[in-house]
Amino acid sequence: MVTPMRVVIALCLVAPFVAMLWVGSYAKTDPLFIGIPFFYWYQMLWVLVSTVLTMIAYKLWQRDQRARSAAKGGASQ
Amino acid sequence: MNDGVNGVALAVFIFFFLLVTAMGFMAARWRKAENEHSLDEWGLGGRSFGTWVTWFLLGGDLYTAYTFVAVPAAIYAAGAAGFFAVPYTILVYPLIFTFLPRLWSVSHKHGYVTTSDFVRGRFGSKGLSLAVAVTGILATMPYIALQLVGIQAVLDVMGVGGGEDTNWFVKDLPLLIAFGVLAAYTYSSGLRAPALIAFVKDTLIYIVIAVAIIYIPIKLGGFDEIFASANDKFTEAGAGGLVPAGTSQWTYATLALGSALALFMYPHSITATLSSRSREVIRRNTTILPLYSLMLGLLALLGFMAIAAGVKVSNGQLAIPQLFENMFPDWFAGVAFAAIGIGALVPAAIMSIAAANLFTRNIYKDFIKPDATPAQETKVSKLVSLLVKVGALAFVLTMDKTVAINFQLLGGIWILQTFPALVGGLFTRWFHRWALIGGWAVGMVYGTAAAYGVASPTQKHFGGSSKEIPGIGEIGYIGLTAFVLNVLVTVVLTFVFRAVKAPEGIDETKPQDYTADAGDPGVQVELPPATAGSAH
Repeated sequence: MVTPMRVVIALCLVAPFVAMLWVGSYAKTDPLFIGIPFFYWYQMLWVLVSTVLTMIAYKLWQRDQRARSAAKGGASQ
Repeated sequence: MNDGVNGVALAVFIFFFLLVTAMGFMAARWRKAENEHSLDEWGLGGRSFGTWVTWFLLGGDLYTAYTFVAVPAAIYAAGAAGFFAVPYTILVYPLIFTFLPRLWSVSHKHGYVTTSDFVRGRFGSKGLSLAVAVTGILATMPYIALQLVGIQAVLDVMGVGGGEDTNWFVKDLPLLIAFGVLAAYTYSSGLRAPALIAFVKDTLIYIVIAVAIIYIPIKLGGFDEIFASANDKFTEAGAGGLVPAGTSQWTYATLALGSALALFMYPHSITATLSSRSREVIRRNTTILPLYSLMLGLLALLGFMAIAAGVKVSNGQLAIPQLFENMFPDWFAGVAFAAIGIGALVPAAIMSIAAANLFTRNIYKDFIKPDATPAQETKVSKLVSLLVKVGALAFVLTMDKTVAINFQLLGGIWILQTFPALVGGLFTRWFHRWALIGGWAVGMVYGTAAAYGVASPTQKHFGGSSKEIPGIGEIGYIGLTAFVLNVLVTVVLTFVFRAVKAPEGIDETKPQDYTADAGDPGVQVELPPATAGSAH
């Protein structure tokens, strides 16, 4: 069943793939960050971004599961 | 390289080595269960590990000594192209978030110890399960051998590797001792040993990286200087660069994606995953494991620092150990070397356990002795774990290092070919079991042949892992091309086998098995985790 929450979960999990596989979007030197070319710090930044996204997906998934089991429990009573 | 033994560094190294050896043997008594003679106990640590132990274990398992040596070495040699390891590890976590919990649940429910166990249960096919098991063992063996290469690099730089003219026995003695000790505590403690040692390994690694990433750039005049001198080197050599050029972007992306898909097909990653206590432990881990990716990124930058520091080595693998030796005071270089050395022991132990489990469950029990008791299984697994390590040692001592590296490259391509059976099987039973075998065979043959045909300036065959993708014309990772081919063949053959009504095999799993969790109030767990395997 597709619910808005599940769409958000899917987006959170798909976003890193789009960002990382589109190499052309970050294959450049400028702007530098403390002397480190963009190519490198941008990908390291994505480590943090994808961590946050996976965490959001995890929290939403937990909520989704709770809602589902509550709905199931309610229906059987 | 060998201008005398670095005494202080060696003393520190030996201190840490003795420490982890003691821990390795004591691990047998850590969280000990009543029934220790089952494969669940020896091979999966009683399936009892919580979030943090699992985190350390997986980190210790996936980020090996070879990673620490090879990733910066690739950057040192070619620049940006070697950085694909970072997007690769970024992609791993959202990927495993979707399928590992399902594998955990179904394995927990049916007492599966290996991925092949699951494949056999799901598709009712011993042939397919054998294919997955053999691929797993083949891919793991050279990986263990490469851990030895990592230790060798460190010993070399410390000056105990011996020169060219030393007797081979004296030269290899330190390595033999290290491996003998490793084999002994893996045999007696099982997965608990690497789990406990992983704490020491990761703590040391994090300390070393944190110090290196601050201390070395200060000594070298900042990142501007470092990247400027790296740029000079690449421009002068006419190869490599700070940013991948347009044509190599396909290679970069396909390597990242292909490696990410392959990582959790490796038996040792699955062993560490299945040892966790609950489904939640795995999901939670996908949100904290990226810390290691950050570390890997910083580590990769050390490759540039080695260039800026003027490290000149003919063997790129020695670049980072040599950088540590040049930049750090002796005692801290010893800590750094210990980190790499222990970094080799943890994965080598887990990999040998994983390979041994595969042999025991999917070759010994399925084909040789179907009525083996859990105690017998454990005994066989312990012995095989020894054999596997001896094999890896013989491999490294008798053959050229490049052979191990070539095989590891092939191993990555091969292991990816088990993806459709494993991950496909976790979500759907649509694929036909014989079609999966067909797809696997095509992927294996294509991947091996394509890799054989890649030449490099130094090698005629197996010179690299990328080649022109047929039909697209761009250069891409061979493993991923083989994988796409594998999936296409599997889909086509599935239609064929369904059309001729070929027998589908019995699926012993039920849809609800894939979402079962130990802690879920709504789910009935039939077996307590510690006995799930022995009751199977």
